[in-house]
Amino acid sequence: MDVILNNRDAFFSGFLLTLQLCVLAGVGSLLLGTVLAVLRISPVPPLRWLGTSYVNVFRNVPLTVVFFFVVFALPTIGVRADFLQIPGLDQVFTRLGIQLPYFRMAIFALMLYTAAFVCEALRSGVNAVPPGQAEAARSIGLTFTQNVRHVVLPQAWKAAVVPLGSVIIAMIKNSALAGFFGLTGDLSATFQQLVSARGQAAIPVFLAVAAGFLVLTIPLGLVLDQVERRQAVTR
Amino acid sequence: MAPTRPDGPAAGEAEPAPAAVATDPGEPMIVMRQVDKWFGDLHVLRDVNLSVARGEVVVVIGPSGSGKSTLCRTINRLEPIGSGQIWFDGQELPAEGRALARLRSEVGMVFQAFNLFAHKTVLANVSLGPIRVRREKPAAARERAMALLDRVGIADQADKYPAQLSGGQQQRAAIARALAMQPKAMLFDEPTSALDPEMVGEVLDVMTSLAEDGMTMVVVTHEMGFARHAARRAIFMADGELVEEAPPAEFFAHPRSDRLKDFLSKILTH
Repeated sequence: MDVILNNRDAFFSGFLLTLQLCVLAGVGSLLLGTVLAVLRISPVPPLRWLGTSYVNVFRNVPLTVVFFFVVFALPTIGVRADFLQIPGLDQVFTRLGIQLPYFRMAIFALMLYTAAFVCEALRSGVNAVPPGQAEAARSIGLTFTQNVRHVVLPQAWKAAVVPLGSVIIAMIKNSALAGFFGLTGDLSATFQQLVSARGQAAIPVFLAVAAGFLVLTIPLGLVLDQVERRQAVTR
Repeated sequence: MAPTRPDGPAAGEAEPAPAAVATDPGEPMIVMRQVDKWFGDLHVLRDVNLSVARGEVVVVIGPSGSGKSTLCRTINRLEPIGSGQIWFDGQELPAEGRALARLRSEVGMVFQAFNLFAHKTVLANVSLGPIRVRREKPAAARERAMALLDRVGIADQADKYPAQLSGGQQQRAAIARALAMQPKAMLFDEPTSALDPEMVGEVLDVMTSLAEDGMTMVVVTHEMGFARHAARRAIFMADGELVEEAPPAEFFAHPRSDRLKDFLSKILTH
């Protein structure tokens, strides 16, 4: 117990950094995944092909390999995920703005990987929308984009919320890989630091780190249950 | 029945204006010429030639699987055709894209399964097209939508969701949604087939009043009563072909083809 209390600052800041990583990678995955899903259902074959290829690559390559590629290979061609140094956002998430790219790279890797699953979860939601809805939208003259935005996606979200939640929970757990690819100070790096470098007792440290992840994932699961129940009422 | 290419004077770049003003009233609203369509090996439309005049109400009858719905759905290109040509208001149907979306906005469509947007209120269903497609101001569009809902008799249901309405109310809302686009013609794809019997009348009443107001209508239906009193022309379709057509009185009293005689004997004896 002393191990946890003595290092509570390290655990807490590790928890906060993992939280930041998950929020940013989660939002990024949802955005990129939505774009991919729209590509996959678009009437233009090359766009569909692009979306399908993306999903096939990133859904089938292990996350560790994606991390390797992003963190070690991309910098050799000058990519350091600088596009994530978004003005304003880097005031809130200060790690975004710093010189060392590992936080940004971790977001980028998680985003690339998770977006493929978000895309498929959303697409299953799109398939759950009766085809008559899109037909009616087309028949009053909505364009493909308007159709997707105002008719199909709002209904697809509802059907996709639960599978999307599972995808995001998986992503939160996957974020533990970041500590092994250069990121310092998140929960997994804290675990490594305390146990390997400072020789603290492994079991209490493990329990504290595991608890940090559970604090993120269990409430998310509860929120999802709530959303699902509310929708069951309005349906 | 050999429709020719309508050489409407309104063709070209003229700005869109109400149909009656902009175009030759003698020009047909809908023309289909030598239209064929296959679903895989199934030949669903066989050399269909059809011309529907402005303000004309045409009822299409036939056994299930005869291609009536497909015929109806090709007119706004919800179903693309295999070969042949279709003109709407003097313009050949464009390929997929913005031009097609614009054309569809001028053709109202009412479906058997209503297809109201399930996540939007009835009022939002009716005003969505005017706001998004016609770029009307939301307040004005909603006001017009309310007037249309009043016309079809469900103004008091405006803020409900489709699932809270009866089938007849849903179908009347769907008609209001189509009318909100101020279409030049309306397509009805078996509009009463999914309704409980006591709700059929309220929908047919709305359709009859539309017909009386001079709307161009193509109606796929099994409602012989509506065909008799509201249609100017009845068409019998079987196996993807237009077999026979006549004014309704003659159509029902003196069917010429054996297939129509057989069909009428099956549905009218009960």
